[in-house]
Amino acid sequence: MLAVAATKQRGSFTLDLEFGLPTPGVVALFGPSGCGKTTSVNIIAGLLRPDRGRVVLDDTALFDSDSGVDVPAERRGIGYVFQDARLFPHLSVAGNLRFAQRRAARPAHIGFDRVVSLLGLETLMGRRVHQLSGGEKQRVAIGRALLSQPRLLLLDEPLASLDRERRDEVLPYLETLRDQLALPMVYVSHRFDEVLRLATHIVLMQSGTAVAQGDIGAMSLDRRLRAMIGPDAVGAVVDGTVLGRDPLGGFLRVRLGAGEIEVNAAAPVPQTLVRLQLLARDVIVSTQAPRFLSVRGSLRGTVTAVEDDGAFDLVSIDVGNHATILSRVAKAATRELALAPGKSVWALVKAISVRGITSAGFRDE
Amino acid sequence: MIWLSPDESEALALSVSVALRSLAISTPPALLVAWTLTRRRFLGHILLDAMVHLPLVLPPVAVGYILLLLFGARGPIGGWLERTFGIVLVFTRNGAALATAVMSFPLMVRAIRLSLENIDRGLEDAARTLGAGTLDRFATISLPLMLPGLLAGAVTAFSAALGEFGAVITFVSNIPGETRTLPLALYSALQEPGGEGPAARLAFLSVALGLIGLFASEWLSRRVRRMLGR
Repeated sequence: MLAVAATKQRGSFTLDLEFGLPTPGVVALFGPSGCGKTTSVNIIAGLLRPDRGRVVLDDTALFDSDSGVDVPAERRGIGYVFQDARLFPHLSVAGNLRFAQRRAARPAHIGFDRVVSLLGLETLMGRRVHQLSGGEKQRVAIGRALLSQPRLLLLDEPLASLDRERRDEVLPYLETLRDQLALPMVYVSHRFDEVLRLATHIVLMQSGTAVAQGDIGAMSLDRRLRAMIGPDAVGAVVDGTVLGRDPLGGFLRVRLGAGEIEVNAAAPVPQTLVRLQLLARDVIVSTQAPRFLSVRGSLRGTVTAVEDDGAFDLVSIDVGNHATILSRVAKAATRELALAPGKSVWALVKAISVRGITSAGFRDE
Repeated sequence: MIWLSPDESEALALSVSVALRSLAISTPPALLVAWTLTRRRFLGHILLDAMVHLPLVLPPVAVGYILLLLFGARGPIGGWLERTFGIVLVFTRNGAALATAVMSFPLMVRAIRLSLENIDRGLEDAARTLGAGTLDRFATISLPLMLPGLLAGAVTAFSAALGEFGAVITFVSNIPGETRTLPLALYSALQEPGGEGPAARLAFLSVALGLIGLFASEWLSRRVRRMLGR
């Protein structure tokens, strides 16, 4: 468990943050530029001292202004991947990795060879830092942080300085870390697609405070998050249970709530749980059982809320088993269909995307 | 060297020896002072900065005189050194080295400071998060990264030390074979009738040494910079 409560005054900017993360898990600090995300991770790392507060990791106080505890950064056992990699220019790739390995506070938990192969660093070992591409630099930086055998890994926008291609190169490695190492992480990002792929929890930040926090499913329905990511990105994130593959179409049959839908997942999905995102604009509401339609997924549910969302209404539909999805509906349709809490409806899902595999490690937490 | 007289060769060798000793004396404190001035904010920061730069603006003779007062046989530090360690600085080559070290100290500190200021502090933060303490960071990150500046500063200070005159002659006098370095030998040659020939040779030698030093400094810093991949 990571628990952070800290205030810090920097000029006219005030950080007043409080959040918790069940470990292992990945918490995303998500918010616009300048909302205090980097300041927050620097406080957790011990590179910045808060005016007041507490930082507690797995029952160990790293900082506590009340009892005067302030463990220096070099003894916190917290790995940090910086936005600009910060590899040591006078050392080779291997030299950078060994620098961390030699100073590891804990006995090797993640071996040198394992890190090298997890991050695909085999061919880079002898290279100088200035001979690396941006994506390679970040992979080395992640490997270096891992070899310090951290109890917690902080990642401050590790992909922000990379172009799209490099981002897609590094993202799968981060997913691998999350799923194979069960290492708690704090991931700073202002890009929601990255957060969707990696995070199990979201802390929504705005001008120095956490305005909302929770697991990713609950947060995907949150009004403040919706406001931040824009109407086209709004959609419920739910975990579905894989039932099997449709022998004819190759689609994946997934249990979602009390119903069942088909998902077009090209890659093999061995785990039983998948994280699905159903964008509100891709969900159609019908008050009758749908027939003669090309749509392959329909879920029976009950309207729980109708919210005004500018030109549209946003309809929340409980599809059973504590799963709620969102649908964006024209205001006229809301009126004609008499959509209101309690109304029984069918949700037709036009498109659904698999946003990652929900690791078995996080199911039980 | 065939075109130098034995006295002139001796002066050259002595100059090199004094300059090397001067480097040995000034490098460690220069590192410490440069690091303190760049990395710490404290009361008296301006005072320390001014003290370091004082030899640049004082007449060298005044520096030599102050050294004589402090390190002379009856001076507070000189007397103590002689009683405790049997070290005598006045009229010795070690004294000459001390005088040149003081005079070239500001050059050294400035060069180191400049390269320290150019080091990305973020790298030291990164080293911290990897478990490196203060000394460890200094030795494994800061020191290697400021090596170009340190080397360039050392070569410049060495060249300047070869040519230091006023502070040396005031503090340790002009004793052949002990404290008569190149500039002192040049000065002595000019005092004697018919000394123009030796004086010209010594002057030419000084110019050559100075140029070699400056070129070496540039070459070294480029080489190290390339080694660091910048």
